[in-house]
Amino acid sequence: MKTSILALGFATVASMAAAETPVLTVLTYDSFVAEWGPGPAVEKAFEATCGCDLKFVPAGDGAALLGRVQMEGKTSEADVVLGIDTSLTASARATGLFAAHGQTWANDLPVTYSDADFVPYDWGWFAMVYDKTKVTNVPKTFEELGASDLKIVIEDPRSSTPGLGLLLWVKAAYGDKAKDVWAALADNIVTVTPGWSEAYGLFTEGEADMVLSYTTSPAYHLIAESDDSKAAAVFEEGHYMQVEVAGKLAATDQPDLADKFLAFIGSDAFQSTIPTTNWMYPAVTPSAGLPEGFDRFRPAKSLLMTAEEAAAARDGALAEWQAALAK
Amino acid sequence: MASRAGEVRRAPGAAAIAALVVTLTLGMAVVVGKGAGSLRPTPADWSALRFTVLQAGLSASLSCLLAVPVARALARRRFAGRGLLISLMGAPFLLPVIVAVLGLLAVFGRGGLVNDALSLTGLPRLSVYGLHGVVLAHVFLNLPLATRMLLMGWQAIPAERFRLAASLGMPQGAMFRHLEVPMLRAVLPGAAVVIFTICLASFAVALTLGGGPGATTVELAIYQALRFDYDPARAATLALIQFALGAGAVALGWVALTSAGFGAGLGRQMDLAAPKGWRRAVDALAITLAAAFLLLPLGAVVVRGVPGLSDLPQGLGMALLRSISVALASTVVTSGAALILSLAVARRASGARLFDAVAVLPLAVSGLVLGTGLFLTLRSLVRPEDIALPVTVLVNALLSLPYAYRLLLPEARALCADYGRLSDSLALRGVARLRWITLPRLARPLGFGAGVAAALSMGDLGVITLFAGESGATLPLYVHRLMGAYRMEAAAGAALVLVAASFALFALFDGIGRRAAP
Repeated sequence: MKTSILALGFATVASMAAAETPVLTVLTYDSFVAEWGPGPAVEKAFEATCGCDLKFVPAGDGAALLGRVQMEGKTSEADVVLGIDTSLTASARATGLFAAHGQTWANDLPVTYSDADFVPYDWGWFAMVYDKTKVTNVPKTFEELGASDLKIVIEDPRSSTPGLGLLLWVKAAYGDKAKDVWAALADNIVTVTPGWSEAYGLFTEGEADMVLSYTTSPAYHLIAESDDSKAAAVFEEGHYMQVEVAGKLAATDQPDLADKFLAFIGSDAFQSTIPTTNWMYPAVTPSAGLPEGFDRFRPAKSLLMTAEEAAAARDGALAEWQAALAK
Repeated sequence: MASRAGEVRRAPGAAAIAALVVTLTLGMAVVVGKGAGSLRPTPADWSALRFTVLQAGLSASLSCLLAVPVARALARRRFAGRGLLISLMGAPFLLPVIVAVLGLLAVFGRGGLVNDALSLTGLPRLSVYGLHGVVLAHVFLNLPLATRMLLMGWQAIPAERFRLAASLGMPQGAMFRHLEVPMLRAVLPGAAVVIFTICLASFAVALTLGGGPGATTVELAIYQALRFDYDPARAATLALIQFALGAGAVALGWVALTSAGFGAGLGRQMDLAAPKGWRRAVDALAITLAAAFLLLPLGAVVVRGVPGLSDLPQGLGMALLRSISVALASTVVTSGAALILSLAVARRASGARLFDAVAVLPLAVSGLVLGTGLFLTLRSLVRPEDIALPVTVLVNALLSLPYAYRLLLPEARALCADYGRLSDSLALRGVARLRWITLPRLARPLGFGAGVAAALSMGDLGVITLFAGESGATLPLYVHRLMGAYRMEAAAGAALVLVAASFALFALFDGIGRRAAP
């Protein structure tokens, strides 16, 4: 009897302690929290130092994330949002739901990137990925690709962030000529998929010669599958970047913890998990350097519109894209 | 009680279910679009609308047209493995969309079997991408459903009618006109409406096989409005247009619908006359072609999946368990609701027409708008991840209701017409009537409907993504996460597990129904 009262007492104390442990809620995209994604390692490393409980809430894919933030508005339980890409940061800022991050750590991005509201946690160059054993005449520009008879599969800019990235890539590289580039590409495009997974799946099934993905995709096959047959085509006009960022919600009830987490993003513990879990470049190069395969590819030029430029270019570029491909 | 004209037959259970369905479908669209004025669709929306209706119309007509010879051949021929073939041919309907697409591409894609065969014979390769590809995929997914609905129609023609026709010396043609055409007229409109409405909400199939933005459906426009633009009012407007189309299809179905009215038989199953000669060859051809069309891509799914089976991550077991529990729970809910609704409609209770429309409406619902509406409504009350599974059960039950209902309805009608008076004269009511008349007579469609509901619920991905917490993934979501992490082989393996589990559940319920039938 005594022991059970004692046990009850301990249980109560334990649950009180649990109740007092502050919880930091991070809203992110689905693949971040997968058991093979960065989530588990990041959670363990941060909880070791913060004296808190880090909880990830997955919200579908990257494109769904901002919608979810708006849907929840000021009553969101989330404190930090992680996973918005820079083609959407202007829209994110316009919601008025985010607060300035106040972080001072420097990033190692190949372009100057600084934003008062969002810190970058990883990035990648978009690229057309192909199989070296099948494609020998590799195009060096979008124009060459358009003139070739190579078949490509791309993502829809209306439903996926890589699709939107490609749209901005062509726009950033070709400006007013973008619509001609799309017109030339129209007969190369096998199909347009709703998201990255479907496109990459079609590519690995042999439905297309090339797929819009990242320059780090070949590194995945090299490291995880010991398969050195994939490569990314180097384009002379430069490669558009996807920069993934995190931001603090203004309505957070854990502002200090949120700041701590944003600082932790810049740390080695966070950054070193990124390359082989999220298969992107870490925003800050870890002290141990980059894994094999990540240093193979250095485009001559990195392209990135500012958040405001991207927001301004989007609708027009989308209309051009639709007009060129709907024929 | 059924004989007195003008008597109001109330169906409070059916009314309650109908009210819940309307709240969940139209109600959620209103929640999403609240506070917004009326929005005018853009020219792009209209072209999306035209494409949506065109592909859905073609898909529904072709599925139904092709199902007639296949179902007829299956109904009148007996051969070894027939039962297994009928079960297996139902499987494409149960595939998760992206798995079905990859299976189809292994046969019809650029590097698929068909193109390999064509290039061997020196013919040009064919592209599967475009409107024809979308229709091909929709026929692949829905031909099994149409075939099964028709097959049940053939089996529902009492054996006595065929025997009478035979003793009158009716030739094949006359027998077809007098017995089979009335059955087709009773069953086909329902099947066409269901398939048309399923294809209205098509999103991933249409986009992936459509070949580009020319193949934009309304559901994609809704997706874009909710995800990228966060314009709920626009999403709700588009969702309501999609509803209107679905409702229009249901109304058209009413106009075309007639009752078969064969009267009661002794409930005996008799082998249909199996004519010899060229008709035998035609039947064999229909069965062979349909089996090849449906089973080759299915085989590709198995072949792709097997290597991945050795590479499955740990979390898969839990995801599978979660999916199976969701499927079983939603099957119970769906079957109960479908039984209540179809009986109310069959005995022409007051509000029967309304119930009939309501039971099919969930097909036209935009999964995204439904999920968003539920999310907005519930999140002020509870944490979304705490109710992820109950919500998924409810939504899956709702989305599979139309299938279970439509499968039950023709036989519920026959039951009321044939056994209504008998039951009344015996004063069989309530549980006794359910046990001795209703359940045994409806066991076959009830079992098949439950099987379809269970399998659909296994494969559904729509709503869970909004609600699932860190560790609450169901198997389809798990497959999606694997694909999103380059792990295509493991994803194919997990998809095979999903397909096998869906099919096992389907076969279990279908088998129970077939055995329990008199």
